[in-house]
This record gives sequence, C-alpha cells and structure tokens, in this order.
Amino acid sequence: MIVGLDVGGTHIDAVIIEHGNIIDTVKRPVNRDDLFESIWTTLETLFSRHDKTKIERVNLSTTISTNAIVEKKTSPVGMVIQSGPGLPNDYLACGDENVFISGYVDHRGKLVQDFNLKEIQKAIDLFKKRDIRCCAVVTKFCTRNFNHELKIKKLLDKHFPSITMGHTLSGKLNFPRRVFTSYLNAATYDIFKEFADNIKKSMEQEGINAPLFILKADGGTTSLSAATDRPVETILSGPAASFMGINAMLNTNKDALLLDIGGTTTDIFFLADGVPLFEPLGIEIGSYKTLVRAIYIHSIGLGGDSSIHVENGQLIIGPTREGPPYALGGPKPTPTDALIALGLMKIGNRDKAIEAIQGLSQKLNLSLEDTAQKILDTMGDIIKGRVDALLVQINSKPVYTLKELLYGKKIKPHLINIIGGPAKYMKPVLEKKFNLPCYFPKHYHVANAIGAALARITTDITMVADTSQGVLSVPEMGIYEKISGNYGLESARERAIKLLIERAVYLGAYQDELETEIIEESSFNMVRGFFTSGKNIRIKTQIKPGLIYELKGDKDD
Amino acid sequence: MIKAKNKLGLVFFPAFDWAISSTHPEREERLLYTQDQIFEEGIEDIEGIYFYNPIIAAEKDIQRVHFCVPDVKSRLTQSHYISAGGAIKAFEAVINGDVDKAFALVRPPGHHAQRVVYGDRGFCIINIEGVMLERIRQKNKDLRVAIIDTDCHHGDGTQDIYWNDKNTLFISLHQDGRTLYPGTGFLDESGGPGAYGYNINIPLPPGTGDEGFLYVLDNVVLPILDEYKPDIIVNSAGQDNHYTDPLTNMNFSAQGYAKLNDRLNPDIAVLEGGYSIEGALPYINLGIILAMAGIDYSHVKEPDYDKDKLKQPPDITEYIKKLSDTVYKRWQKRETLRADIIKGYDNIQRTRQIYYDTDGILENQTQNFKICRKCSGVNTIDSQSDTGYHIFAITIPLDACSDCVDHGYRLYKNTSKSDYSNIYLQDRVNDMFFSK
Repeated sequence: MIVGLDVGGTHIDAVIIEHGNIIDTVKRPVNRDDLFESIWTTLETLFSRHDKTKIERVNLSTTISTNAIVEKKTSPVGMVIQSGPGLPNDYLACGDENVFISGYVDHRGKLVQDFNLKEIQKAIDLFKKRDIRCCAVVTKFCTRNFNHELKIKKLLDKHFPSITMGHTLSGKLNFPRRVFTSYLNAATYDIFKEFADNIKKSMEQEGINAPLFILKADGGTTSLSAATDRPVETILSGPAASFMGINAMLNTNKDALLLDIGGTTTDIFFLADGVPLFEPLGIEIGSYKTLVRAIYIHSIGLGGDSSIHVENGQLIIGPTREGPPYALGGPKPTPTDALIALGLMKIGNRDKAIEAIQGLSQKLNLSLEDTAQKILDTMGDIIKGRVDALLVQINSKPVYTLKELLYGKKIKPHLINIIGGPAKYMKPVLEKKFNLPCYFPKHYHVANAIGAALARITTDITMVADTSQGVLSVPEMGIYEKISGNYGLESARERAIKLLIERAVYLGAYQDELETEIIEESSFNMVRGFFTSGKNIRIKTQIKPGLIYELKGDKDD
Repeated sequence: MIKAKNKLGLVFFPAFDWAISSTHPEREERLLYTQDQIFEEGIEDIEGIYFYNPIIAAEKDIQRVHFCVPDVKSRLTQSHYISAGGAIKAFEAVINGDVDKAFALVRPPGHHAQRVVYGDRGFCIINIEGVMLERIRQKNKDLRVAIIDTDCHHGDGTQDIYWNDKNTLFISLHQDGRTLYPGTGFLDESGGPGAYGYNINIPLPPGTGDEGFLYVLDNVVLPILDEYKPDIIVNSAGQDNHYTDPLTNMNFSAQGYAKLNDRLNPDIAVLEGGYSIEGALPYINLGIILAMAGIDYSHVKEPDYDKDKLKQPPDITEYIKKLSDTVYKRWQKRETLRADIIKGYDNIQRTRQIYYDTDGILENQTQNFKICRKCSGVNTIDSQSDTGYHIFAITIPLDACSDCVDHGYRLYKNTSKSDYSNIYLQDRVNDMFFSK
C-alpha cells in the first residue's frame, strides 16, 4: 500500500493505493496555523482504517516551505556572496545580512584570486550579532570549482547550525538564481526541519516504519532527510502533484496538453512524448527566480468561479474570482452558474443561477441557453488562445546547434487530458476548439493525492570533465576529482550514470525505479595555439521522471 | 532584479556542431565560454533582454549581395544560411519595434566576403551584415545605414559591397594593413564614383589601446556620424583587437569595447572575428551586451587585465591624433576629391587581385562603374579565378534609373557565353537574379 497526501489551499487530500487501485480517500480542511496537525490527523484517519504494517511508503506533498516563504515566516539568513567581476551585485542582497567578499574563479573554474579571511570573520561577527542561525555561501562559477564555498563553510561551521552551499543545489549556470535559491533554502531550513522531526516522531509513535518521501516541484520525490537538507526543493509541489495525478490516471506517450480547471485558475501543462515539460531553469516564487527544477506550468485567471461581465457587448470571464458562484450565494455570475442554469451541474440554487445568467443574456441579446453555451465557448477560446501562444514560445526556445535549429523537437499536442470541477462539461467545447480528443478521469477530485502517491524519486546531475585541467566535477554531489588526459566521452558517460544511480539510491530510490537517461551531452575539442590541449566534456543525466505505476482502468471514456 | 534601460534582442547562436576544421580558430569551442559567462551572469533573466533563434536565410537573400561561383548552393554550408539568418533576425527585431537594439552573436563571421565568392576568405564565405541589410532594405529602400567595423582586420568584404553606395557609410577601424591580413584598408580607398568619400578606413598602428580606439571614436567616427545622420548604426563587432587575441597585435580591453559600444550607441551589433575564446570573448561579449542594454558594465574585467601594462605609449597616441585629423579632413573634402577623380570620365575602373587565404584561391578582377547623373550607375565585374572560372557579373543598383536598368539587361543579353564560364545579372530594382 502506498499513501499519498497533498496539502492544498483549503483542503488536504489523502489516498491509499494498493496494486494500482484506489482503496480509500480522505478529504479534510486545512488549518494553516498548524499544518503539521492538519497533515497528521488526515494521515491518522487513513491509518486507522487499514493494516498499518502493509504500508510500503508514504509520499507527502506539503506547503510547509511554500507557505513560510509566501507568508514571510522564514528564518533570518546571513548571506556570504562572492560575485567576482561581471554584473553589478547589489541586487543580490536577498538575505537579512549580506556580506560580499573578494576573490573569484573564472568560467573554467580556475582560481584567479583568493578571498580574504578577515571578510569571513566580519561576516561571522555580523551574523552572530543579529542572532542569525542559518547561512548561505554562494560563489560565482562554483559549479566549476566550489573550493571557496567549502573553505568558507568550514569557517562558519562551528558558529551556525545550518549552512547552505550554492553548488549543492544545482549544477546549472545562473549565479543570481543560485544566490536566491540558496537564500530560500537557508530561510526555510528551520521550519522544514521542525516539520520533519515532528512527522518522524509521530510515525514512530504510530509504529509505521515505511519510508517517507516528500514531493518536489518537478513531480518527483526525495527522502525526508534529503528534503531536510534541501527544503527549497519542496516548494510549489502542489501543481506537480495534480500534474502527476493526471498522468497516473490518463497515461500517454504522446505530446499532450494537460489542463487543471479549478475554481479560480486554470493550470496549463504539457507532455512531450509523454514526458513532463520542465521550466527551462527553475521555478519562480514571489519575487525570486530559482534553480529549483519544476514542471512547466502556466496559470490563467479562469475557473468555475471566475466572475463574468459584459463590456461593450463582449463577454468577459475572469481573471478575478470575487466569491463563490451566484447560485451558492456569491456576488457575480460565474461559469459554474452557467452549468447549473443549463441543468448540467446539480448544486446550489438553480433559480439563482438562472437569474444570474439571464442578467447577462439581456445585455447580449441572446437566449438563456445560448448565453450559457457562449460562456463555455468563450472559456474554450481563452484557453485555446493562451495555449497557442505558449506553444509558440516553447517551440522557439533558444537552441545552440545546427541540428537542433533544423530538426529540433517541436511540441504539438495530440490530445488533451483535463481535470477539475468543470472538466466534464468543457470536454466537448475543447474538443471542438482544438480539434483534438479530450479525456478526463473518474477520480479527478483526488488527482493531487494520487499524483503524490505514485510519484517516484527524481534527481539529475551535471558533469563537466575538463581534460586539459585534468578535473571532473559534479557540483550537486560535491565531486571534484582528478582525471587523466585521455579521459573520453565514453568514460564520462559511464561515470555520470554510475554517480546518478549512487545519488538516486542515497535519496531513497528503489532498485526498479532507476531508469536513467542522458539528457544532454557534448564534447568540445580544446585548442590552444594550434594544438589540441584537451577535451571539454559536459553531460547531464537524470532519473527519468515518471510514476511508480499507472492507475488501473480509470479512463472515463 | 536588474532591468535593461534599452530593450535588447540577443540572437545567440554558437553553432556548437560546426567548424571549418577541428583545430581551426573558427571551431565548435569558440563561443563555449561566452555561453558559460552569459548563463552564469543570468543575462536571460534580465528584464528587457530577449533571446531569439536565427531564421534561415534564403538563396535569394544571398543573391542580393553576392555572385557565388558557380552558384549559391555549391559555395555555402547550412551554417552560413543560419549565421546570416541570425543577423537578419536581429535586424528584424529592431525594425519591427520588438526591441530597441539587437546583438547577433553568431558564427561563422562575414566581413571578408566580397561581392564575388569563389570560396572562403578570412573564415568568411558570405557577408552576413550585407545579406542582413539588403534583405531589410528591399522593403525599406531609403534606409541610411552606417556600418562601423571594429574588427581588427580590415572589413574588405563590406567595403567591396558598399563601395559605390552612398546610402551606406562604411567606417573600418583596424590594424594597419601593412602589418596584418588582408593587407588593405588604407586611407585612399574611399569608394566608387557613386559614393566617393563614404568608405572610410582608419588603419591603426599595432599596440593601439583603449585610449587610441576611443580617441578615434570621439574625434572621427562620432563627428562623421553626426553629419551623416544614419537611420541605423550597425557595429560589425569583431573582438580581435583584444590584448590577448592570438592573431593580432592590439591592446584593446573588454572595458574599451563596452565603452565604445556605449558611446557609438549602435542599433545592431553583429559578431565578427575574435579568437581569444577563453580570456577575451566571454568578457567582451558581456561588456557589449550590458553596454547595449544600458546596464552598468563597470565591473566587467578580464582576469589578467593590467591597466599599467596596457597603457598606450605616447608615440602611438601622437600617431593616432595625426591620423584622425587626416581622416576627418578627407571626409570634409569628399566632394572636391570626388570631382577630381571623375573629371572627364564616363566610367571608373578598379582592378584588383584578391587572395582567399582560407581556401587558397587567387582571383583577378576588374570592376567597372558607370558614372550616371541620375543614379549610382550600373556596374560590372569581370573576374577570373585560378580554379578555372571566368565570370561576368552585372549589378543594377537599388537606386538605378530606368536607363541604367535597361543598360544592365542589354549588357546581360549581349554578353556572349563563349567569352565567359558564367554570366550573372543582379537586378536590385526588381529584386531579380539571373545567370547563364
């Protein structure tokens, strides 16, 4: 049995899945002031109804870190930033205290100038004076050489309980994002650690030994202990949970458009050959752009509760939600009212719904039915317009080789998978607008919890092997080792896969989930003068994002 | 977050899978470290900076500028269509108003490619700025453009293409041709009869540093631009004046390049040469990007930058002052100088020998420019290469009068195939190209 739990804005959903079948679900309201309490009572309800010894794993999608950031309840952070030459650095001062230090390495990781020990001592004194517990150290090009980060961490170690090093969070090159990601990681350390300790203790008391995993924004999971080190990876896992849920119920290996039409917003996702499309660099939270790997998501202000107006004879839906539907006591007509008025949805007060839609139909000079239908059509048009624009954007992402420019993959959805309250009623509309088949699953109301339950470990690593310097580095794993001058692409590939598996196992991956793939590789001849001086090899590998297994027979049509 | 003062479009296309040969300076690795620097600095997250992919230039785009022998298809590789397409994309983004400025970081370069193309010279086969500009010009016929070539090598290809076009002012700053390939770019190369004085060469002595380049910019280039009043300024942004470049002998720095672009304020920059791929390009390109976007570039610095070591000697400074004076005076006297040159002639001829260093081809050609009072005049090229071709090429320029159009077609009709291996007609008025 696998337990999956997702914390949403208003509700917590939890499911138990056994052999691909959902055997129980729980839905409870969220108490945002005591998230742990809300989560634990939900789990307890489930545990109490089943044989606890049969639980194989528990997957949680929480909003602990996300809420802390959004509600500004994070810990104060001391930042040590080595920004080197380049862009001005003042905008990187994201911590409660920021100390910019001298020294730097260049783009190949070669040491140009050392930092000054006095600067670090100054930082320590400053942070202590402010009672700061959590620090982050980030240096430009640390993904090429993180020696300065290690040295500085050593100096800070005996003074502060938590020190985040930039290179451990991502192998991607983007210094500002690495600074912000490190800041957020340090800022959420305390609050996530407390949650992790509580949940571990409660599980032990309940006598459950099953491993516990935390959902990440990329739709994969990571072990509780790894999440404690890198809580920033757990932010914004909610949409990823829904996304994985849709995939679990409606699996495909084609290019597809995925829609989650909720009350306030519609979330748009894509699959490329059945594989999730990711944000190119990482997720954005508040004003912070990060390197946290995340599923590509675009939200528009359009949902069942969006308010509807008529302006100059034009129907305007959204982007705001001003309350529940009119039929449920809200202030404005909404798409849900249209569905109730048509007799399709049997909730609330139908007379009120009819009244709301009639108000619009007079202005539009249409019949009640035509008005309701026009509302659904307009929603379809808005979604279609936005999806088309997004696809143009996605399909024109920068490429760097002739091969990619001439023959690169372009996403072209062959089908639409949709969840959410109005899903059933939007199906015919979307099929017509997109001229594509559209599917929705039976259990869409707990898609998020199902997604959390069936998500498996994901991880990726970035390797650079520079044979002219004789150095191989994998920053995420803290690897910086010597290689011989004749090291080649073949050896680099093998080593990268081996390291990836090592990391995945460390993060808690099961043997049968170690589906590895090389996502990028290149090998450049390095020439100095007119002679070849070495090779610059770059490899990115990942555990293929995916599901533990698909849900059985869930397609509704 | 940092915000760009000027909306800047970047066409960054390093062509990581293309090289002239595996150890050639123009190889896969060339923009690798530039990419690393651009990525690590987070340029793609700066508000107001947009990345574009190149489009792929068409054969017709090439034929507006070049006579490829025997034809376009057999001279170009995909990389050339894409490199030119990158420049076109940059110009389009500006002309359509999507961005204020654009920088095409593309390869291979193009400024050594002349009108006739038998092969590769100076790592160039087609002139990517020329192809870019003439495509845009087909729809904007009166566009006045200034191309400022800051590559260390003389932009002899661009000079040849705009030799007789008054609507394109060409200024090349380069290391003196007596000391560097291609060995041209002297003061008296001033243009054809239709545009005499609008081709300006500023041959600088080896060892010229930031001080010298910026002196020339402030005292020659900017004053001339003030008078010429171009609609568009293009920087042909070669980066081999850098003090670490392996092929040249200058002392320009990343700060210098950034300041130059800040003051020149080009609408479009197109990468040309520059082969110090690790010690210079990452920093120069970053400097140019920031300067064009209107972002503080004062922290951009090469690891080995040493201000004192790079200080320009006084004798070079003196030489450059005198040179600047001479160049500017020639510009002011251009009408008088032109009158002397064309006095008593109906046609002006120009005979040259052109060496294709990359492909080892030797070409002999004679260009003939008709002096026409109504337009810049029909012109022809009679050219022979040691690869066995003997061609005759006729150009009817964009501003041609009806007499010159007729004259061009008559010439094409009346020139016999028995005398030449290939005959071409480039009709810019009707945007047509013929060959026989």
